[in-house]
Amino acid sequence: MYSEKVIDHFQNPRNVGTLENPDGYGKIGNPSCGDIMEIYLKINSNHIIEDVKFRTFGCASAIATSSMATELIKGKDIHEALKVTNKVVMESLDGLPPKKVHCSVMAEEAIQAAILDYATKNNITVAVQACDSHTCGGCCSK
Amino acid sequence: MNVVYLDNNATTAIAPEVFEAMTPYLTSHYANPSSQYSFAQDVREAVENSRDAIAAHLKIKSSELIFTGSGTESANLAVKGVAYAHRSRGNHIITSAVEHPCVLESCKALEKEGFEVTYLPVNKEGEISIEELKAAITEKTILISIMFANNEIGTIQPIRKIGDIAKEHKILFHVDAVQAVGKIPVFPKELNVDLLGFAAHKFYGPKGIGGLYIRNGVRLEKVISGGHQERNRRPGTESAANIVGMAKALELCVNSMVEESQNESELRDYLETELVKKIPECFINAKNANRIPGTTSITFKYIEGESILLSLDMYGICVSSGSACSAGDLAASHVILGIGVPIEDAQGTIRFGIGKYNTKEECDKVIEVLPKAIEKLRMMSPLYNV
Repeated sequence: MYSEKVIDHFQNPRNVGTLENPDGYGKIGNPSCGDIMEIYLKINSNHIIEDVKFRTFGCASAIATSSMATELIKGKDIHEALKVTNKVVMESLDGLPPKKVHCSVMAEEAIQAAILDYATKNNITVAVQACDSHTCGGCCSK
Repeated sequence: MNVVYLDNNATTAIAPEVFEAMTPYLTSHYANPSSQYSFAQDVREAVENSRDAIAAHLKIKSSELIFTGSGTESANLAVKGVAYAHRSRGNHIITSAVEHPCVLESCKALEKEGFEVTYLPVNKEGEISIEELKAAITEKTILISIMFANNEIGTIQPIRKIGDIAKEHKILFHVDAVQAVGKIPVFPKELNVDLLGFAAHKFYGPKGIGGLYIRNGVRLEKVISGGHQERNRRPGTESAANIVGMAKALELCVNSMVEESQNESELRDYLETELVKKIPECFINAKNANRIPGTTSITFKYIEGESILLSLDMYGICVSSGSACSAGDLAASHVILGIGVPIEDAQGTIRFGIGKYNTKEECDKVIEVLPKAIEKLRMMSPLYNV
């Protein structure tokens, strides 16, 4: 069912953990959806993401997309990082089964939340808006 | 890699003797059992002998047993067939909140047609309350439908007590016994059960064949239109191979039931004890219930079921999960939620179904790899505070 890349990121997830005093922090999802994702960002004065960590409560797709997403945004500046959509993440993983696509949306939203957190704290304008409906990461829109 | 198959509640392997019994009817004996020439006689005999054998095991009359295409079909026929046939008498059905979807969805379909359904809640062991059942009965109640044993947690319902109440109130009583037949003694007439469904693929028979006991005298409407097979209850050409297979499968199970249920219970208890010892914050669901042998539902806090399932799959171990992400309909198990497990824990629930081909070595494999897998997933989880 899963591609080799998904299996690899599931069995060997990259960037698992937390950061103390993160420059940006985002948390998406809730237990009733079966998905919770946290992203921690360390961002330098040039707005480059120097380090990123994630934690995920979720299925193999959620874990693999979190892992891949963190790899993709590491080293990018925050505006570039916002272009890492769930579509980009899925393609990097050689695709997900149709029923699991919604699990990849979480990664995109968690990154957005973390970057927005950093942007808000530092008075920077970024191309994403805070949205009240992001409590479940859209995974409930089946 | 060798497969360690621990999902016997989902389905079972066909026993070699069953396959052997079926083969003539997949090869040389291919006539339609309803055809009138001598070439079809052997096939008709095989079907009727199988019917007699299965009926004898259930202690019912052959005239009270019909064959269907699955456990789901048996439930549909029983629930809808009774509802439609008796709607002039009443429109109320009582069932439980933890039934298999084949019963729940049949009830929901009937609700759209004007029937009223009471879904009795269960306690934390998965049992309905007899008092609540009695309180739910009205003059319009025409059917009570309660499963014999639950597919996810194994809990056996108080069928005899329910049967007595149904009989007292002259209400028809249907039992979905798909997880019970072949595993434990099931004698519907001793329990005041009027309709009882089962399926071969749960007891080492082929997929695509089910049975339904309909007590003589019970009025039922057909749900499939067509010819007059199966006493005009269930049209469609009978699958002789599948019917012969089901009879053989049941015979094998009945002959070894005591020994096998003992074995499976022991392995189940061993697996539970060892996992609880080795994995912190895991708990067995419905542990104190009267359960069918071999079934155990275990919740592992802070992590999600499909990821546990896939972790085990990497070692060739097959189990199932109650999480939303592993369900076809993307909703967490209504059974696990129904016994009061909080949703985040329901997401981290795994079902093991030990069967007759499983060994202690296979359980040891699970005991060896699962703790590490759980720990690895927990280290990734925002809910787990080390």
